[in-house]
Amino acid sequence: MPPSLFINGNIMKFGIIVFPGTWSDKDCYYSLNDILKQKADYIWHKQTDLSKYDCVILPGGFSYGDYLRPGAIARFSPVMSALEGFAAKGKPVLGICNGFQILCESGLLPGVLLRNSHLEYRCQWTYLKVDNNSTAFTSKCQNGNTLKIPISHYEGRYYADDATLEELESKQRVIFRYATIGGRVTESANPNGSLHNIAGIINKTGNVLGMMPHPERSCEALLGSTDGNVIWESIIASL
Amino acid sequence: MPVCKEKLDEVALSEEEYQLVVERLGREPTDVELGMFGSLWSEHCGYKHSKALLKQFPSKSKRVLIKPGEENAGVIDIGDGLVVIMKVESHNHPSAIEPYQGAATGVGGIVRDIFTMGARPIALMNSLRFGPLSDSRNRYLFGGVVGGIAGYGNCLGIPDIGGEIYFADCYSGNPLVNALCLGIAEAKYLVRARASGEGNLLILVGADTGRDGLHGASGLASRTFKDERELRSTVQVGNPFLEKLLIEACLELAKTDWIAGMQDLGAAGLTSSAVESASRGDGGIEIDVLKIPRREKAMTPYEVMLSESQERMLVVAKKGYENKVKALFDRWELRSDIIGFVTGDGMARIKEGKKIVAEAPVNVLSSPPVYRKRVQKPEWINKLQSFDITSIPDLSSRKVKGVLLRLLASPNITSKRCVYRQYDHQVGDNTVVLPGSDAAVLRIKGKRKAISLTTDGNGRYCYVNPYLGGVIAISEAARNLVCSGAQPLAITDCLNFGNPERDDVYYQLKECIGGMARTCRALKIPVISGNVSLYNETEGEAIYPTPVVGMVGLIDDVAQHCTSGFKNEGDLVFLLGDNAVPDSSIGASEYLDLIHGAIKGNPHIDLEMEKRLHRCCLEAIKRGLLNSAHDCSEGGLAIALAESCTATGLGFTSSEWDIEGRLDAYLFGEAQSRIVVSVAPKSLWKLRKLADHYRISAVKLGVVGGKRFILKGYVDLPLKEIDEVWRGGLEKLLQR
Repeated sequence: MPPSLFINGNIMKFGIIVFPGTWSDKDCYYSLNDILKQKADYIWHKQTDLSKYDCVILPGGFSYGDYLRPGAIARFSPVMSALEGFAAKGKPVLGICNGFQILCESGLLPGVLLRNSHLEYRCQWTYLKVDNNSTAFTSKCQNGNTLKIPISHYEGRYYADDATLEELESKQRVIFRYATIGGRVTESANPNGSLHNIAGIINKTGNVLGMMPHPERSCEALLGSTDGNVIWESIIASL
Repeated sequence: MPVCKEKLDEVALSEEEYQLVVERLGREPTDVELGMFGSLWSEHCGYKHSKALLKQFPSKSKRVLIKPGEENAGVIDIGDGLVVIMKVESHNHPSAIEPYQGAATGVGGIVRDIFTMGARPIALMNSLRFGPLSDSRNRYLFGGVVGGIAGYGNCLGIPDIGGEIYFADCYSGNPLVNALCLGIAEAKYLVRARASGEGNLLILVGADTGRDGLHGASGLASRTFKDERELRSTVQVGNPFLEKLLIEACLELAKTDWIAGMQDLGAAGLTSSAVESASRGDGGIEIDVLKIPRREKAMTPYEVMLSESQERMLVVAKKGYENKVKALFDRWELRSDIIGFVTGDGMARIKEGKKIVAEAPVNVLSSPPVYRKRVQKPEWINKLQSFDITSIPDLSSRKVKGVLLRLLASPNITSKRCVYRQYDHQVGDNTVVLPGSDAAVLRIKGKRKAISLTTDGNGRYCYVNPYLGGVIAISEAARNLVCSGAQPLAITDCLNFGNPERDDVYYQLKECIGGMARTCRALKIPVISGNVSLYNETEGEAIYPTPVVGMVGLIDDVAQHCTSGFKNEGDLVFLLGDNAVPDSSIGASEYLDLIHGAIKGNPHIDLEMEKRLHRCCLEAIKRGLLNSAHDCSEGGLAIALAESCTATGLGFTSSEWDIEGRLDAYLFGEAQSRIVVSVAPKSLWKLRKLADHYRISAVKLGVVGGKRFILKGYVDLPLKEIDEVWRGGLEKLLQR
């Protein structure tokens, strides 16, 4: 565990939204409470009061079975309008995997996540090149460094029209890209066919981040990587 | 006889069995009763051909809290108030007809078996067998099965941590799809599968009931079938999202004191669920089929009682708590209906409104006849075993490289990464050893301990020698766990065989179970659950007798777990175990099959040596002496060494080997009771001392290091080449 967590001493109140079919909720809960020693609660998707939280997580899983399209039904849950208000106040929102898909479906982030180009589910380690460390989610990273964080998805191919891509690139809103272990952004390092190897993007105001990889799965050396902690630490430090 | 032969065929009862039903009821059965008897007396539910044999399995140990048979599965105490439950089950026949849904609902069914007991499912594994991928139909089945497992399992958020896949001609029309699930629970929250307490209410939860899966148990799983199209409707369609909701809701319910029992609906649907839970309870049950929500109009009571629609659970609510139970399900947006109640008269009574459509004693329904057979060893097995090794020329030194590369690319040995990367193997934040090692390892959060899980079963060995094949299946599974540093705790098994009404198949079944049971006793590992899948054949030819052994073990301190890959440059590599490699060890090997096209010979194993090897290896790992441990199995010593290299990308250079017998037997023979280990030079003397203590030979093979794979005098290849061949084997075959 990174010692800086304890030097910092901040304790944040995280809320983890649970839809029917969500499954990364428990991993986020465990990592935040037990590994990072923060306070985290579950938020049932029908809850509409988010006022007691400093940061809200939309975790991974198959909300509503991914029926129709991943995130297409979850975006209509009561909690989502509350989340829009929460985000509008500039508070941090992190969407992971299915959470990223829901953020795109609800319009909080631009673009869509299409079925992987090879048409198969992928669960594997990926290396993420950090492209912008001036956000609340990446302040503890070094630009150009790589983070070892796994993916697990069927629909993770980021797609947006040219104008949106241009906007994302020019405003440094692409935060993570799939890369080689050495940080080279190559086609073979791209596990799903995402445009520009995009693994994570942020909204205009810099407080809503969506990413396909699972930082809650890389918080312990025993499980293969502690690189996810850099993202959690950054959020905690942003308080 | 008032029923015609076609009717009996439909429910898969013989005329003798029908007479037995009439005798025990004291009258002719009604239509609905006949369907219920057909299902409950099928091999799949009633184990009529295997029950007498299965009794040989030991089911007790000081860690077994609940014995199998009393509940859906036995329960193993792992200390700290925690228990683990596991079960493996086949979905072979549905998968042969509709591979995606067949495999998907196989996963769904086994997961329900676990959470119905109040345990959270924390791991899935699969053991799969297919015909050769050169055939397009087999590639279709393969793709469908893997897709179905991924599609269903990934949606549930239960990690799929591996398993095994083998290919042989005999599985061409009849793939094997065995799914294993392991769950963990606090012992105090375990739920019984009992319908007891007169007046308690039966609540059906989950999916509506449709016509899918009619006769799944009696028709599909319990006889051979010819025309797959006519049976397509017997394959169910899965809804993993609904299952995920059921998991969460039922586990929440398990922590209340509102229920007397819970039972999933699997094969034979409501019939087996209700009758089996009543037979474990103390009374009877009464169900009104009109209260069961339907997916389709005009379903008959017969169809409702035998439907195998997926994602349904039967909850026995304590009287007065039914509204609380229903409110809990409402919150999870799950439909629940009170469909009947527990009675005190020992009858299974099915009504349609006021009309009684079936009424039979529970104990008669749940007591199918038990068959035994006297059989002789078939002559064709003698012939296979009398194979003369000298009829095959030994390998010349210069051919070793080519054979090694062919074996590495063989579908039975090559990396299965392109399959398991389609399964989420990390969700849950517990997976310490990912798929690809000898056994997967899961830590237990908040404790130092971890569990290790593996599946194993070599059909080829069982084909040439069913008894020793059974011995080896158990031994090798235990050896895999030992290589991870785990003490084996318990077994679940799935016995995949041909038609037991044939003498030679019954002989295989009897011998194989005999060998397995003896080994379980010798190694002191109880069998806590299992399943038989008989009638597996293609065009009249039975599959290899294929017992699939799932085994769980316990690691006291997760920090001490061990994996198969070499870790450090300069570590010394040793072979622990049976170093007297007989020429006959190429019998029934992958080498003999792949290179010489022969499936013959006779395996050999010394169980006493096997036991000592396990103790030695476990103690060495616990004392931190070993940096890697890898079981020597398919492909023999040379392949085991190559696999230890590819796992971590470190090379190997052998010593000068002094080979006495045949070269092919030494390099590629599959002698049992052998583990390739690596050890730091400073720990060497301790390892030698330990090996001496357990009277296990430890022979130096070479040293870890560099980027080449060198067997002096035979092979000198860049590791990269070995790696590419091993990693790409399966993908190449699939890309045809």
